[in-house]
Amino acid sequence: MERIPILRMGKCLLVTIQVDMEDRTALGLQDDLSSKIAATGATGVLIDISALEIVDSFIGRMLASISAIARVLGATTVVVGMQPAVAITLVELGLALEGVRTALNVERGIAMLASATEDDRGQPHA
Amino acid sequence: MSQSAADSLTQMLESVDRDEILREWMEQLAESGSKPQPSTSAARAEASDLLTAVTTAVRSGAEPGQFELPMWSATREILETISNSRAAQGASAAETSGFVLALKKPLFGQAQKRLKGVEPSRLVEMIWLVSTLVDKMAQWTSTTYQRSREAIIGRQQEELLELSTPVIKLWEGILAVPMIGTLDSSRTQLVMESLLQKIVETGSELAIIDITGVPTVDTLVAQHLLKTVAAIRLMGADCIVSGVRPQIAQTIVQLGIDLQGIVTKATLADALSLALKKVGYTFTRSKS
Repeated sequence: MERIPILRMGKCLLVTIQVDMEDRTALGLQDDLSSKIAATGATGVLIDISALEIVDSFIGRMLASISAIARVLGATTVVVGMQPAVAITLVELGLALEGVRTALNVERGIAMLASATEDDRGQPHA
Repeated sequence: MSQSAADSLTQMLESVDRDEILREWMEQLAESGSKPQPSTSAARAEASDLLTAVTTAVRSGAEPGQFELPMWSATREILETISNSRAAQGASAAETSGFVLALKKPLFGQAQKRLKGVEPSRLVEMIWLVSTLVDKMAQWTSTTYQRSREAIIGRQQEELLELSTPVIKLWEGILAVPMIGTLDSSRTQLVMESLLQKIVETGSELAIIDITGVPTVDTLVAQHLLKTVAAIRLMGADCIVSGVRPQIAQTIVQLGIDLQGIVTKATLADALSLALKKVGYTFTRSKS
């Protein structure tokens, strides 16, 4: 099974999805990421999906649940670089990913994480 | 279809005085009340081409009953040219098929002349043959006429769609889409696609959707708007809806439409000033 690498950058975890994900890969990522957040005490997770061209409802739901899991573990998640076609597909599927933060690219995503962790320090997550 | 009738049709078309038929044809056209065709000489040239093609096809043994066979392809092509040019000139369907149908009388006259004194059943057979042929040709003309009109309509629809969805860059990082006309699902889809594409290209973080030109907002239109906003948000950009007229604001509230979390402004100017503030610009006026 393919595994998606999780990189650590300071208090942030960086996930770049470079392949079209299978359901098992997605579940594996969810597992790996939750244990990694717990192990490192990361406060931010950045998921770059700019290379992802095909999504289905499962992947969409997975993005939402990863973000929810991270929030429970005390980290903010930002999904960056979503392709127009992917965004349209998710909206048509009825998955507006409420509660998932999004940014146009990695740079803005990191800036968003930085300000979010400052805002949320010591407060319950939004 | 008896062989003899087909034979005599061939003979008739071959031996007939073309000029006479053409002249009668044109007279018939003038009589039938359809206004003078583009120009008499052009109509005459078309008629002559058509007559030649029909003669050739009949000579090669093509049966009028099976007009879709390849033997008639030359005739069909000429008919297509005629009806396409008529459609482009704005002639009606009746005028277009009337042009072909006017050939019937001269041919009937010829048949009558040639088969004078022969038993009536042969004349009837002949008439039937000619009638089928001319009807088929007229049908083909109408079909092509309709098809070319439909092609024109389709092209205009596409052009309208393209015209009505420009994405404008208002400022560094701020895009605007002025929506004009009724928002249906195909329009929304097109707007959404071009807007999202532009967001990726320019890296803009704010998009203003201006609905000043949208005549009415009902629940369906609101749903389309919500979808577009959701897609923009998924991409990581933000969205402001502007140009909400007072009546539309009232309708939205009366319909109970929940524009959950969408920032709305009355005018594009308000939206732009909010957008500039969000992106981080401050403006001061030097003259008071």
